Amino acid sequence: MFGRRRTAQTDEHGQTEADGLEPAVNAREQILADIRTALSGGSGPAGSAPAVSGPAPAPGTAAPSSPASGGPAFSSASRPVARRHTVDDLIALFAERVADYRATVTHSPTASLSDAVAAALPAGASVIVAADLTVAVPGALVDDGTSGAADLDRIDAVVTGARVAIAETGTLVLDHGPGQGRRAITLVPDRHICIVRADQIVADVPDALAQLAPSVRAGRPLTWISGPSATSDIELSRVEGVHGPRTLIVIIAT
Amino acid sequence: MSATFVGMPPFPAAAREKLADAQLRRNLAHATSTIRARRAALVAEVEASVDGGWEALRVAGAEAKDTALRSLDRQLLRLEETLTANGATVHWARDAAQANAIVAALVRAHGADEVIKVKSMVTQEIGLNEALAAEGIAAWETDLAELIVQLGDDLPSHILVPAIHRNRAEIREIFLRAMGEVGRGAPADLTDAPAVLAAAAREHLREKFLRARVGVSGANFAVAETGTLVVVESEGNGRMCLTLPEVLISVVGIEKVVATWDDLDPLLRLLPRSSTGERMNPYTSMWSGVTPGDGPREVHVVLLDNGRTRALADEVGRQALRCIRCSACLNVCPVYERTGGHAYGSVYPGPIGAILNPLLRGVGHSDQIDALPYASTLCGACFEACPVRIDIPRILVDQRAKIVDAHRGGLPTPEAVAMRTAATGLGSARRLAGGERFTRLGLWFARRVGAPAWTSARDLPPAPAESFRRWWKRTDGGRR
Amino acid sequence: MRVALMVTCINDALFPRTGQAVVALLRRLGVDVEFPAAQTCCAQPMINTGYLDEAVPVLRAFVEAFAGYDAVVTPSASCAGCARHQHAIVARRAGDPALRAAADAVSPRVYELSEFLVDRLGVTDVGAYYPHTVTYHPTCHSLRMLGVGDRPRRLLEQVRGLTLLELPGAAECCGFGGTFAVKNADTSIAIGTDKARQVRNTGAEVLVAGDNSCLTHIGGLLSRQRAGVRTVHLAEVLAATA
Repeated sequence: MFGRRRTAQTDEHGQTEADGLEPAVNAREQILADIRTALSGGSGPAGSAPAVSGPAPAPGTAAPSSPASGGPAFSSASRPVARRHTVDDLIALFAERVADYRATVTHSPTASLSDAVAAALPAGASVIVAADLTVAVPGALVDDGTSGAADLDRIDAVVTGARVAIAETGTLVLDHGPGQGRRAITLVPDRHICIVRADQIVADVPDALAQLAPSVRAGRPLTWISGPSATSDIELSRVEGVHGPRTLIVIIAT
Repeated sequence: MSATFVGMPPFPAAAREKLADAQLRRNLAHATSTIRARRAALVAEVEASVDGGWEALRVAGAEAKDTALRSLDRQLLRLEETLTANGATVHWARDAAQANAIVAALVRAHGADEVIKVKSMVTQEIGLNEALAAEGIAAWETDLAELIVQLGDDLPSHILVPAIHRNRAEIREIFLRAMGEVGRGAPADLTDAPAVLAAAAREHLREKFLRARVGVSGANFAVAETGTLVVVESEGNGRMCLTLPEVLISVVGIEKVVATWDDLDPLLRLLPRSSTGERMNPYTSMWSGVTPGDGPREVHVVLLDNGRTRALADEVGRQALRCIRCSACLNVCPVYERTGGHAYGSVYPGPIGAILNPLLRGVGHSDQIDALPYASTLCGACFEACPVRIDIPRILVDQRAKIVDAHRGGLPTPEAVAMRTAATGLGSARRLAGGERFTRLGLWFARRVGAPAWTSARDLPPAPAESFRRWWKRTDGGRR
Repeated sequence: MRVALMVTCINDALFPRTGQAVVALLRRLGVDVEFPAAQTCCAQPMINTGYLDEAVPVLRAFVEAFAGYDAVVTPSASCAGCARHQHAIVARRAGDPALRAAADAVSPRVYELSEFLVDRLGVTDVGAYYPHTVTYHPTCHSLRMLGVGDRPRRLLEQVRGLTLLELPGAAECCGFGGTFAVKNADTSIAIGTDKARQVRNTGAEVLVAGDNSCLTHIGGLLSRQRAGVRTVHLAEVLAATA
């Protein structure tokens, strides 16, 4: 049981030891039955499954923003919490927020993206790109899916596009579709150069989720990237660059 | 690893020991105040930029989780269906032993003797690493803080930053001593600069990432509609574990399910701001089963109960299943800030741990668990900070009542006797002239029952010459 | 308007001056407050320690004492919060619809002093004079259970002669927590010690709060440390005149 770090094997259900996955069938039925019992029991609102949150905050303490009068009732239909104002300049906000994470942001006309990419690469760097990247990166290895993790570890940089970018949070989202490659190529090399078209930038998370829904329904994996990898695990002091690419360069194509 | 929470004394005694550690209290005060300030700044930003402010987002977050919990059986069946359609294999486990056995069997079936792990509360809850070790399988923690805890043969003390109780000098010492025993050692010239320590962890773990064949994770969210699992992280260790191995096994508490893709919206806006105090965490990975040519070729999902249906049956407490493990309640808790996480004797410390442990495991059978709901001043800061509006103080009080009820019929404690005596006195004062007896009872209670614990560091106020009610009677309410 | 004073058990036994101050203050503002002699306690000590059955007779006494008043005023946010948010729990436990109805009738009429002054009487200048340097601790239950917001501050700012000093970390708990103060005495003292230090560092002569339970805790620490800072209930400051 939890809170005990090494005693799970001595639990009374330890019969799973030898028979592998077999008890899972019973477990499924048991769990579903226990859920139905839990939801039907007790004295919830008459005639319906008891609301987990109820129509108003439970008595006890009221949040300051929902004063003693009872506070806002929970909405029954979930609807996105919208922004107060439209963002006038999505590009500027996105660039500012990406830079907040100490990623590098540059701007480039679409026609000269090749030069912008070249400028972001150290001299002599080995580079990998997805097969269908539309920007020419001379000398780059075009990924054919055969390089293993150890091979990728010997490559210095990767150049990709993105599927959508979020201004409010300074986030790039890759759906690993055209121009973005499989997940490993944007993970193992230490420098990620990501090209975002200005028209791919949306205001906030709900806009991004709407744009990404078709990708998810098509079964694509998604990688959300907000700055280079980072940790605050040592005295909450932020260190950029742990396991993912330690350098992130975002090129906004206009 | 042999560190264990087993045998941890109940909170008051465990806390006393931790309070004496001045270094720990400095580390905690620094860490919690830093993260509180970051969170507050971002909440203020949302307050200004979003319709209805932060509260609207909290309400939407609570509603997203409640929607799934209200129809949990249907959501799990839907999740099973969509995951299976996406090429994943779904397993069900009622408890820790079943879940551990499933994972161990899968690892053995692939002939592996090690796994790399994404930071995950649920695998700590079930003691997976220890269970795998008993099967001869090494489980490598890859989150920096978890690595510090694992290498230090230590216990986690915070949900988000498990090594929050360690400072840089201690971490350097742990790395120098222990890294070489389990892989690539730390460089001899290791300093205690956080960037240098993080770089040492990168080098140490790199070889494990590149060779591992099995990855193990939890999940922050599981979307029933699309069969998608979500892992939110910072360092990239999660991406490594979720992408590079051939086989991925995710242990997912059944309360992690959300109904629809859109339900992720409030939660993804609430979680990073509440946990690390960032607008968005560096990396979020989402995967829907197996993607040919990209990532693991075999994807397993273990759906785990382990007390969650018990919590769901508790009408007051079930809202705790909304928890998204952000740890905002820890960072604002006056008790946690002084004692740290170990005193709670569980991988879930702080205010959420004080309700989650009794809800998942039941009350009335363990002094350690029964002490947890009392480890709170009921100040309400946790509820105020909770991004999914879990009314923790309300649940704490309710759990206290359940604990008292569980012990009714046994030998009454001095506290129970005092409460009963007080109830009789206070309940009958209306029949006593002037309620004088009540006043005497109150004074007796204050001085006899509470006094020894009270006066160790606090003076009691001098007793007044007469009570208020006597004054009122003598002076006719001050009119004569 | 028939107004009752709910003095609270602690104030009755240990801090009669606070009750006397509420009476004097309200009379000065034209409210002839009554003191229902049958009152005892709000039952919060039982409820928050888990003794719900034991809270039932105390709640019965409470609703009998305060039935029929237009407003029940109390110099304690904690007790007001208990009446407003927790009495329904006890009534439900009792399984007695009559008690539930009685509690539902009284609960919303219970006001913490600053709420009553600002919201019901519509005053922030109560004509007080208090020539001292003061810092104010907003208690947890006033802030987060009742949501009194800045009402006490607005009242204090109008007191003549009073200098109000900012208390750093004011919204943080003092560590009292009812029975927590004795069940987890070491942690309670550790939290309170930090609060007492913040109070001392302001250089104020007087620490003011709206709840004598928190003040007893912080004041007990300050007194043991011979800090020379007095603790005074908000009601006594507002009742003071030249």
